[in-house]
Amino acid sequence: MTAEELDQIAEEERESTRKCRHRLHVCMAAGCLSLHSDQVKSSLEAQIKASGLEGECRVKGVGCMGLCSAGPLVSVSSQDVTYQDVAPEDAPEIVQGLQAGKPVERLRCPTDVPFFTRQKKIVLENCGAIDPERIEEYIAAEGYAALHKALTTMTGAQTIEQVSRSGLRGRGGAGYPTGLKWGMVAKASGAAKYVICNADEGDPGAFMDRSVLESDPHRVLEGMAIAAYAVGASQGYIYVRAEYPLAVKRLKTAIRQAERLGVLGSSIFGTPLNFKIDIRLGAGAFVCGEETALIASVEGLRGQPRPRPPFPAEAGLWGAPTLINNVETFANIAPIIRNGGDWYAAIGTAKSKGTKTFALAGKINNTGLIEVPMGITLRDIIYDIGGGIPDGKKFKAVQTGGPSGGCIPEQFLDMPVDYDSLSKVGSIMGSGGMIIMDETSSMVDVARFFMEFCMFESCGKCVPCRVGTVHMHDLLRKIIERKATARDMALLEELCDMVKCTSLCGLGQSAPNPVLTTLRYFRHEYDELLVQDDDAAGAKGVAQGAKETVP
Amino acid sequence: MTPAPKQARTMPSKDKRWLIVDATMRRYGYAGSSLIETLHVAQESFAYLDEDALRFVASSLSLPLSKVYGVATFYHHFTLKPQGEHTCVVCMGTACYIKGATQLLTAVEEAYHVKDGQTTQDKKLSVLTARCLGSCGLAPAAVFDGEVAGKLTSAELLARVAKQVGHDR
Repeated sequence: MTAEELDQIAEEERESTRKCRHRLHVCMAAGCLSLHSDQVKSSLEAQIKASGLEGECRVKGVGCMGLCSAGPLVSVSSQDVTYQDVAPEDAPEIVQGLQAGKPVERLRCPTDVPFFTRQKKIVLENCGAIDPERIEEYIAAEGYAALHKALTTMTGAQTIEQVSRSGLRGRGGAGYPTGLKWGMVAKASGAAKYVICNADEGDPGAFMDRSVLESDPHRVLEGMAIAAYAVGASQGYIYVRAEYPLAVKRLKTAIRQAERLGVLGSSIFGTPLNFKIDIRLGAGAFVCGEETALIASVEGLRGQPRPRPPFPAEAGLWGAPTLINNVETFANIAPIIRNGGDWYAAIGTAKSKGTKTFALAGKINNTGLIEVPMGITLRDIIYDIGGGIPDGKKFKAVQTGGPSGGCIPEQFLDMPVDYDSLSKVGSIMGSGGMIIMDETSSMVDVARFFMEFCMFESCGKCVPCRVGTVHMHDLLRKIIERKATARDMALLEELCDMVKCTSLCGLGQSAPNPVLTTLRYFRHEYDELLVQDDDAAGAKGVAQGAKETVP
Repeated sequence: MTPAPKQARTMPSKDKRWLIVDATMRRYGYAGSSLIETLHVAQESFAYLDEDALRFVASSLSLPLSKVYGVATFYHHFTLKPQGEHTCVVCMGTACYIKGATQLLTAVEEAYHVKDGQTTQDKKLSVLTARCLGSCGLAPAAVFDGEVAGKLTSAELLARVAKQVGHDR
C-alpha cells in the first residue's frame, strides 16, 4: 500500500458516491437494530428496486446517528432530511418522497435543534456517515491518512510530542495524560512491547465505546497502529466485552480488511512497521476494566488486579512494557495526528482538552450518544442537548462515572464538565455514562444499586473491597427497610472511608463514591429513613451492625 | 491432582462439537493463555460448560482442573448449569434500573415462579439478568433468545415471554 493507492481508493469511493443522486443512510447500530432497522433497510432496498431507481439511489447501513430515543433513524442526503421512528411499512412513502422531491413531513426528525447543533464531533465524526463494514468508506473520509503521515513524515518521538501537545487525557475515566503514558512505554526497555485497547466497557449506563466500535471500527485500529509505531510495539490486542457481539463482528471484519489492504500486518505502507491486532473477548467481569486485571484476563487468568508499581508501562502483558488506552482515547489519535496537537488543544478548557462523548440515559427526553467540547455546562447538556426531563418532572441529580462516580445535584448544574470540576464535587468524569434522575428516584436506593453492583463485581482478592462492599450494601438495605439507626449511619460512613483508603484497585477505592456523594448532597433522604436508636440496638453497639449478613 | 493424561486430545465423546473446541485450542497452539477463548467456544457450542468440557479443556491445555474451574466460575459470562430452551435476560444496568427494570424482573419471576438465574421446571425458560446491555437509550431493555427489545412495560415483557415459550407447545 502506498499513498497513491490510498488516494486512489478514496477517489474511487468518492466518485461512486457522487454518482448516486440519493443516498439513504439507515442506522445499523445496536440501538436502532433492536428496533428492526435491518428490516427498514431491506424494505427500502426492495422499494427502490420496485420503483426502478437502483441506478441513482443507494441504501447504506451506517453507524450510530446519536438520537437513540427516536430510532430507527434514516437520513436522506439529497434532501438533507432525517426521518425518525421509521417502520418498514414507511418505505414506499419515503421513496415516493424522493421521486417527488418532497420529504415525508410526518416522519421528519428536526435536526436544527440543540441536540444536533450544539455537538462537536471528532471521535464520532464518521458515526452515522460511513458504512462501518467497508474500509473504502473510511479511507474516503481521510482514514489511514494519519497513520501514513506518522509513518512517513514523523519519528516515534515526534508522534508522541503531538499527542502530548494535544493535551489528550485518558478517556477511560482516570484522565491520565496520554502523551505521558506513551512516552513511558516508548522509553521502557524490552524486545517485545504490546498495545492494548481497553474495550471492556463494563460501566452500566455507558455505551460510547460500543457505539464507536460498531460505527467506526477502523478509527480505533488506526489509533492503535499509530500508538504501536510511537512506542515500538508489534502486537496489539483489543479486549472487548463478549456482551457486544455486533462490535466484535465489525472489529473482526475491519481487521481482516485492514490486513488485506496492508494498513495492518507486515511492512505497513512499505515501512519497517509490523503490527498485528488480535481480539480477546471479555467474559463479564467489571473488574477487568482495571488495567492489571485486564492484562491477567488477556493472559487467560482470572481477572484479578495486582498492586502497582510496576505499572503496565514497565511490566504489563507477559511482563513486557504495555500501553493500555481506552477506545475513545485511541479514536482521538488519528485526527490529532492529521490536524496537529495544537488544533486539538484549542478545544476545551485549560486542563481538559478536546471533546468528550457521553451516553445520555435515564429520565431525559433525548436519550442517546453525544459528543461535546470539554467545559460545556451540565445544564447545557441536560436541558439544551438532552431536551430536559420528561413528563414535567423535576430534575434531581445526574450520575456520572458509573459505580465509581457520584450523583451531582442541581446546585452544580452550571459547573463546566471537565476532569477537575467533576472530581471537586466528589464524582469523576468516568468513561462517559450520564444517567439523569428525576424527583421520583430515591438517592439511597441509587446508592444501594451501585453498592450491590460493586459487591457482585468485587474480584475477592483484597479484604476491604470483598468484605466492605457486602457490609456497606447490608447497611444501605437496612436503611431502606427503615431498620437502621444513627449508629448504622456512622458505621456506614466509617466503612466508606476505610474501603476507599485501603482497597487494592480502583474498583474498591471508588466503590464508596456513590454513597459518599449522596450522603453529601442528599443526607436528608437518609435521615428520613432512620429510626430512633432504641436501647437494645444501643447496648450491643456498633459491632452488631457489621455482622448483618446476606440471608 | 493427577497429571494430564498422555492421550490428552481424545474427545470426551463422538459429538462433533468437540472438534470445534479442539480446533480453537489448536489455533492457539494449546497455550494456556487461550483458556478464556476456548471456554467461550465451548459454551457457544454446548450452551453451558459441564464437567466433561472443563476436564477436556484442562487436559488439552495442560492446566490444572482447579484453575480452569476457577476461571469458569470467576467470569459471569460462563455458566456451569444448562439453560432452559428459551432465555429472557432483563437488563439491570443503571438506566434500566432507574426506568423500572426491577418491576419487569418481578413480573416475569412471579408469572413463571422462578428467581433470577433459575430455569422453570419444564426447562422451557431461564430468567436471567444482565449488568448492562449497552442499550441504555432504549431503557428498560431485555433480551429474548438473543434478540434485544427496548422501552418495555411489564405487560409487553410478559407477552414476549409467552410468545417465546408458547411457540413449541
